[in-house]
Amino acid sequence: MSIKYTKDHEWVQAEGDAPAVVGITPHAQDALGDVVFVDLPEVGKTYAQGEVAGVVESVKAAADVYMPVSGEITEVNEALRADPSLANSDPTGAGWFFKVRLGDAGQLDALLDAAAYDQFSSEN
Amino acid sequence: MAAAPDTPLQKTPLYDLHVELGARMVPFAGYSMPVQYPAGLIAEHRHTREAAGLFDISHMGQLRLVGPDAAAAFETLMPVDVIGLAPGKQRYGLLLDDEGGILDDLMFFNEGNDALFVIVNGACKAADIAHIQARIGARCEVQPMPGHALLALQGPQAAQVLARLSPGSERFVFMTGGAVQIGGIAAFATRSGYTGEDGFEISVRADDAERLARLLLAQPEVKPVGLGARNSLRLEAGLCLYGNDIDATTTPVEASLNWAIQKVRRTGGAREGGFPGAARVLAQLTAATGAAGHLDHDTLTRRRVGLVALERVPVREGTVLQSFEGQDIGQVTSGLLGPTVDRPIAMAYVATAFAEPGTRLQAIVRGKPVPMEVSTLPFVPPRYWRG
Repeated sequence: MSIKYTKDHEWVQAEGDAPAVVGITPHAQDALGDVVFVDLPEVGKTYAQGEVAGVVESVKAAADVYMPVSGEITEVNEALRADPSLANSDPTGAGWFFKVRLGDAGQLDALLDAAAYDQFSSEN
Repeated sequence: MAAAPDTPLQKTPLYDLHVELGARMVPFAGYSMPVQYPAGLIAEHRHTREAAGLFDISHMGQLRLVGPDAAAAFETLMPVDVIGLAPGKQRYGLLLDDEGGILDDLMFFNEGNDALFVIVNGACKAADIAHIQARIGARCEVQPMPGHALLALQGPQAAQVLARLSPGSERFVFMTGGAVQIGGIAAFATRSGYTGEDGFEISVRADDAERLARLLLAQPEVKPVGLGARNSLRLEAGLCLYGNDIDATTTPVEASLNWAIQKVRRTGGAREGGFPGAARVLAQLTAATGAAGHLDHDTLTRRRVGLVALERVPVREGTVLQSFEGQDIGQVTSGLLGPTVDRPIAMAYVATAFAEPGTRLQAIVRGKPVPMEVSTLPFVPPRYWRG
């Protein structure tokens, strides 16, 4: 199991051939503040890496959620849609956004590891 | 209005206190200001509606206009009854340009003794003072007050807090005020604010500001509240944010601020007109009230309205509004999910034909239509203390 990060402040957790799980980082939810709304991608739709796949909004701001890797959406977190505050209270657990079947597992290698992301987010 | 990138941000006298309290500081109106504290925007918003919130609004401009002709002179800049405001009372005003566009909105207070105390928006204060000086500087003395901080104590428990520290302050009713001692600190308080709640705005010498803020924060009802919650509170209260909901491209009537134009300055009033842009503003006012026997959509093409989304999707500033036939009819100027009303609310300008409460239209959010309904303002009932 490995967790990788993007410079757009998403995390992606991939394990074997199972669809990868994607969410926003603790740093991202902290910067946004109280999350009140999420727009999740369509299950079954295929997105390219870097494409906008969703939106996360706090009272004061809206931010796009980008596809960290190319692939097909297999599931979205309906619990998060019903209670967007899960993105604040448990961003790397119950506050996950969607699952994606990887189109190119090699894309994961180019993402940031935890140490690199920590350094990036502390500078940004 | 953001400061130019190479302009260092100014600090209010409470900057160090904000940092000590763990605030997230952001640039606003040329100042480094607290957008929220560790409690977070929603908790701060709710605390203000339930108890009492303390806001630093020292970025706003404070000034005095002094002289026997000050009220009459100031009245030439606004479509507002200044001369008729009794000593000890406060009123909302609008500085207009010669086309009737809004240069700023403000509060003014009659101190008596030929002096008005004026509070203007932070981002506009330099331009306002220059404008006032240029237009009426020969008729009264314009005295900016850069050495003063401004705090707002807002919420249903604000009055009991201030009465504890300043016995007698409870005698003030909404839009009145006067000189007070708060725990021995000399200040000037008015019972007013910008949250829709009961409360006070307190002007104090910059040197005393931190001591006063700490004294207020030591009261069990009081917590610090940032600009983020100030924005959500004012939007729920139906109050305009200058630069978003009103600016020089909007007139008072387009902005649905007709209530701010007292009868004495309207057509047929004793001091009718006589303010910048009067011909246009008064013609729009006639159109808006249907005095000609019908609503005149040519003279008044658009109006500011409140909107409520019928789906739980926030609709933000800049969002285009359309009729259900797909025709563009307006634009959102402020919008968010209101923490107290617990649904998406907005202010917008719409074509006059779509401005009646109950009218349905659609907002185009990320390419998808979100149905909305025109609502009366405010979104939450005001709780001003009128005695």
